[in-house]
Amino acid sequence: MNSTVIKAEKLTKRYGDFVAANELTFDVRAGEIFGFLGANGAGKTTAMRMLCGLSVPSSGTASVAGYDVYKQTENIKRNIGYMSQKFSLYEDLTVMENIGFYAGIYGLTDKEIKEKSVQLVDQLGLHDSAKKLVRSLPLGWKQKLSFLVAIIHQPKIVFLDEPTSGVDPVARRQFWDLIYQAADTGITAFVTTHYMDESEYCHRVSIMVDGNIRALDSPANLKKHFSASSMDEVFQGLAREAKRKED
Amino acid sequence: MRTLRFLLQKEFRQVFRDKNLLRQILMVPIIQLLIFPWAANYEVKNISLAIVDHDHSSYSEKFISKIFSSGYFIHSDYTSSFKDAYQLIERDKADIAIEIPQGFEKNLVRENQQKIFLAVNAINGVKAIVGTGYLASIITDYNSQIRAEWVQADRFNAAPAIEITSSNWFNPLLNYKMFMVPGILAFLVTLIGGIMCSLNIVREKEIGTIEQINVTPIRKQYFILGKLLPFWIMATFVFTLGLLISRFAYGIIPQGSIVLLYAFLSVYLFAVLGMGLLISTYSDTQQQAMSISFFFIMVFNLLSGLYTPIESMPAWAKVITDFNPLRYFIEVMRMVVLKGSSFHDVSHHFLVIFLMAVVLNTWAILNYRKTT
Repeated sequence: MNSTVIKAEKLTKRYGDFVAANELTFDVRAGEIFGFLGANGAGKTTAMRMLCGLSVPSSGTASVAGYDVYKQTENIKRNIGYMSQKFSLYEDLTVMENIGFYAGIYGLTDKEIKEKSVQLVDQLGLHDSAKKLVRSLPLGWKQKLSFLVAIIHQPKIVFLDEPTSGVDPVARRQFWDLIYQAADTGITAFVTTHYMDESEYCHRVSIMVDGNIRALDSPANLKKHFSASSMDEVFQGLAREAKRKED
Repeated sequence: MRTLRFLLQKEFRQVFRDKNLLRQILMVPIIQLLIFPWAANYEVKNISLAIVDHDHSSYSEKFISKIFSSGYFIHSDYTSSFKDAYQLIERDKADIAIEIPQGFEKNLVRENQQKIFLAVNAINGVKAIVGTGYLASIITDYNSQIRAEWVQADRFNAAPAIEITSSNWFNPLLNYKMFMVPGILAFLVTLIGGIMCSLNIVREKEIGTIEQINVTPIRKQYFILGKLLPFWIMATFVFTLGLLISRFAYGIIPQGSIVLLYAFLSVYLFAVLGMGLLISTYSDTQQQAMSISFFFIMVFNLLSGLYTPIESMPAWAKVITDFNPLRYFIEVMRMVVLKGSSFHDVSHHFLVIFLMAVVLNTWAILNYRKTT
């Protein structure tokens, strides 16, 4: 349970003179729900894209699921799920077609695809909408669906980039239930968010300010350390130092 | 291969759901092939003529009626002075002014010679050249008619004459549509294949779904093939539609082998789609892709020999046409459809297009990055 699935050492991404992510060093343990906090433009997405093999780091080292982020990106991709900030299912395909497409791409057999589709639709209670175009679903459902599609191949780690932005508190709560369910099956979750109440749901959180990781611990320890009553206070205290504006 | 199956299934579902795209694929070739060839016509007709007749004799009358009976000219106006006629040209009411001097008939009969004056508006060069050409041959004809009437034919001194007659091969009636339709069809297929393919991929970039694809273990060759094949099939469909329209609207039946046409089309489409892919790898938005495609399509179109013969282009332009895939397709279309050329005649074209297809697709695959 305590083996490391993500290990980053001084991971850095520069765009010209601009250092988007500066010498990030951290590790994530198997089965953990790891919160990656930061204001807009702090470098959360940049860090996540490097770990997913979508972006080549400028320097530093990192391994994800035991594979190197420079050389073994295709192996990493086989072992992770990813849900980006932008909604990225095909809006002009139906719920079932989207499930079938991604399951097929990840190499599930026809029988597995059929089982998974039924299971997914059950889990979401989407029976009436299974044959509807994804376009017609409410945002909360879309995000839950894209999360379940992102872990359709039972990856070791799932990366979630602000998965709950723009939805109401009830839908956010339901979304976190899904993350817990996934964690119970052994999937490690790496979640970025800027909702501080959500950070309380994480086992450990790191807080990024201007490309640097400024704090990393369990929510309880962080509150103790900064003598704050809530994660929000912890974050406000750190974020006040930020010089960067939105990207 | 299994991955490819899922990719193709997805693309076709999306295409058949996109009513706009389907409408474009069906209507664009039909409308363009039905309208374009009628307008793209080099035959010069309806040249308007201003006439200044100072003679008013039966000879000048005969001369004028001979000009109009040729059918190439329409009558602009009779004016009393050349100044007025010149004004007609200035106001674009006339293309050519003819001045018949006083004493036209008298001089012809007595002196055996007479000069007439032509003023031509040369803004439209083709019209000017062809128009004066017609007039010159009408005047020569008129001249020999007069000579036959007036000069006593000397049996022993018959004017030696070589008469040139010509017969037109492959397009006996010099029907411009026969020449234009196959070329326009080639252009349409290029347009549909190249632009739609690149726009489709860039659209996935814009929506963000491509990022989701890039984070899967899918291999980029498969992803690209999955994009290429659906458009390959659609463009082949458009081509077939175009051949049917040429057959039933213009009566053009390919003289050569249909199989040869389709074989060339297959290779050609890989080249054109490869170019579309390449453009998409360099563009982030549909606007960018559209403006890059537009630039190339314009160059391809104007330097393809569709409208103007490549042989009369300057040397540097000819070099550009060597790298223009459309040029090869238009040549093959015209050769096979009109002349019935065989594989042997177009083997060079096959080779060049095949090389282009290989280069463009390899370049596109190398330049397509799952990781930035």
